[in-house]
Amino acid sequence: MDTILPILAGAIFASGIYLLLRKGLILTIIGIILISNSVNLALFSLGRISTENPPLIAAGSAIPEAPFANPLPQALILTAIVIGFGLLAFALAMAYRSYKELGTIDQDSLLEDAEDTSAAIINKTENKED
Amino acid sequence: MNSLLILPILIPLVTATLALLFRTSSHMQRLIGVAGMAALLVSVVFLFTDVYRDGIQVLQAGNWEAPFGITLVADMLTMLMLGISAIMGLIIAIYSIYDVDKEREQFGYYPLLHVLIMGVNGSFLTGDIFNLYVWFEVMLIASFILLALGNSKNQLQGALKYVIINLFSSLLFLFGVALLYGMTGTLNLADLAQRLPEVENTGLVTTVAMIFMVSFGIKAAIFPLFFWLPASYHTPPVAISAIFGGLLTKVGVYALIRVFTLLFTQDIGYTHTIMLWVAGFTMVTGVLGAASHYEFRKILSFHIVSQIGYMIMGLAFNTALGIMGAIFYVIHNILAKTNLFLISGIAQRLTGTFELKNMGGLYKHYPFLASLFLISAFALAGFPPLSGFWAKLSLVKAGLSLEMYIITGVAILVGLLTLFSMTKIWMTAFWAAVPEKGVPEHFGKMPLFGAGKLYIMVVPVMIVAGLIILVGLFAQPLLEVCMIAAEQLLNPSLYIEAVLGTK
Repeated sequence: MDTILPILAGAIFASGIYLLLRKGLILTIIGIILISNSVNLALFSLGRISTENPPLIAAGSAIPEAPFANPLPQALILTAIVIGFGLLAFALAMAYRSYKELGTIDQDSLLEDAEDTSAAIINKTENKED
Repeated sequence: MNSLLILPILIPLVTATLALLFRTSSHMQRLIGVAGMAALLVSVVFLFTDVYRDGIQVLQAGNWEAPFGITLVADMLTMLMLGISAIMGLIIAIYSIYDVDKEREQFGYYPLLHVLIMGVNGSFLTGDIFNLYVWFEVMLIASFILLALGNSKNQLQGALKYVIINLFSSLLFLFGVALLYGMTGTLNLADLAQRLPEVENTGLVTTVAMIFMVSFGIKAAIFPLFFWLPASYHTPPVAISAIFGGLLTKVGVYALIRVFTLLFTQDIGYTHTIMLWVAGFTMVTGVLGAASHYEFRKILSFHIVSQIGYMIMGLAFNTALGIMGAIFYVIHNILAKTNLFLISGIAQRLTGTFELKNMGGLYKHYPFLASLFLISAFALAGFPPLSGFWAKLSLVKAGLSLEMYIITGVAILVGLLTLFSMTKIWMTAFWAAVPEKGVPEHFGKMPLFGAGKLYIMVVPVMIVAGLIILVGLFAQPLLEVCMIAAEQLLNPSLYIEAVLGTK
């Protein structure tokens, strides 16, 4: 496991980079998802995988029975997964929204500069109540 | 132990929650928004006196001892950053009362602003590298929504670039954290600082340092990682542009200063030389980019990039004077840059556009606004006796004392080019004649004060301009405080002792 996991993480990271560089917005976001997962895998394998006692403290004692496994990497990964999940949900929602607004998911179209940016703002603020 | 340390995180959280409760009443939201920022400023002032008197303050959450628990640390650098972010938060909250429209208010503008400030403050305070990642994400998600709020076409265009590049940079950061944990088995910054020199594989440590440099570099918008910034910062309402331009990139700079003075000091010849080159290119490309644009906020966005170069240069010098200059520069730049963004908003209200070629006559009809612009622009370019002069002077002195003439020369030249861009804005928007068509009817008739409520936008700008002059005229106290911060940074044992206890 100690050798397979890092290689797997690297392979997933590389595929993520490949997708990140593609034109389609959805492919880019999938690329980010892949990279996110590969980083989690890396975090997991860098925390040293071992088969020892679970880090649970038995009733009556103060420390778990040695040698016990390190629970910290899993806590970190859980946090990272939750954060990543929230951010990616937002990114997907925004991709959908921009598909509706801009009518395309081709990222080359995003390169064009928006025209005068002031118009969009002032019209909306004119009707501000006092 | 100083339990006050939790306040800069707790107050924005409480304010955001309260503002959410009063979602439907924009009147209450504004009131809570401004009051929350004022309370934050007061708490930061109290904390500042503690740190000034007693040195580095530490809070171990839940009494879990470092390195096992969550640690909050406030040294002088943290306090300066907290102070400037609280001041800017208050200024922006007041400015937003008029600038941000009702729709955005109802979609939670004020709660988001406070969550953003909470994330920023958390990043400044945390003493744990993984928590830094978490606070970055708190800050990012709030900034994503603020940037996209309103859903106009160009906002979505800008936000997409911003979101994707920032997600990528966060993942790189997390990967760096994973490598650090794999090497040392700890995430506490102070503990890491102790254990990293013991790691045998120094090549890997330098690799991790570079991963961090790229990741924070994307957030700080350094060369060649800055392209997302001018593509997105000019799209949202001005109040949001201003807080992004003023604060967010500086969080990246803060993170760079923190890790490259505390953690990665093993191979200074390698990492800091790269940083010096990067600093030079950042300054030059930013200012040249600004020269080629004719949109008010785009010019300012490119100048953010250019100014980041100065801060990185100070950090790369790695001397007390250099780091002091960098910290002073951060503070000065947040003031001047935010103010210029805020002024661009007022100018847009008056002329109806951000395009320089469609503007004109602001000096003739609004001489007071013109003088506010001059103060901020000259401060940015580094004219005495304004704040920018002292910032540039200390950096130039630091460069000369190290005999690094080329980079110092570049810094001075870029200062001149900055003046060129500012003159461009001055010549077209302020000095030129009023354009014949396309000028809104209220131009020239709408007073800055009195009817029209424009004063809500002008007063914050006046306050910041006053601060710029104040910092310029009485620079010595602030320079001394920055020096304390720099000395604390260059002596990591103080930080380690404060967190882990004396050994």
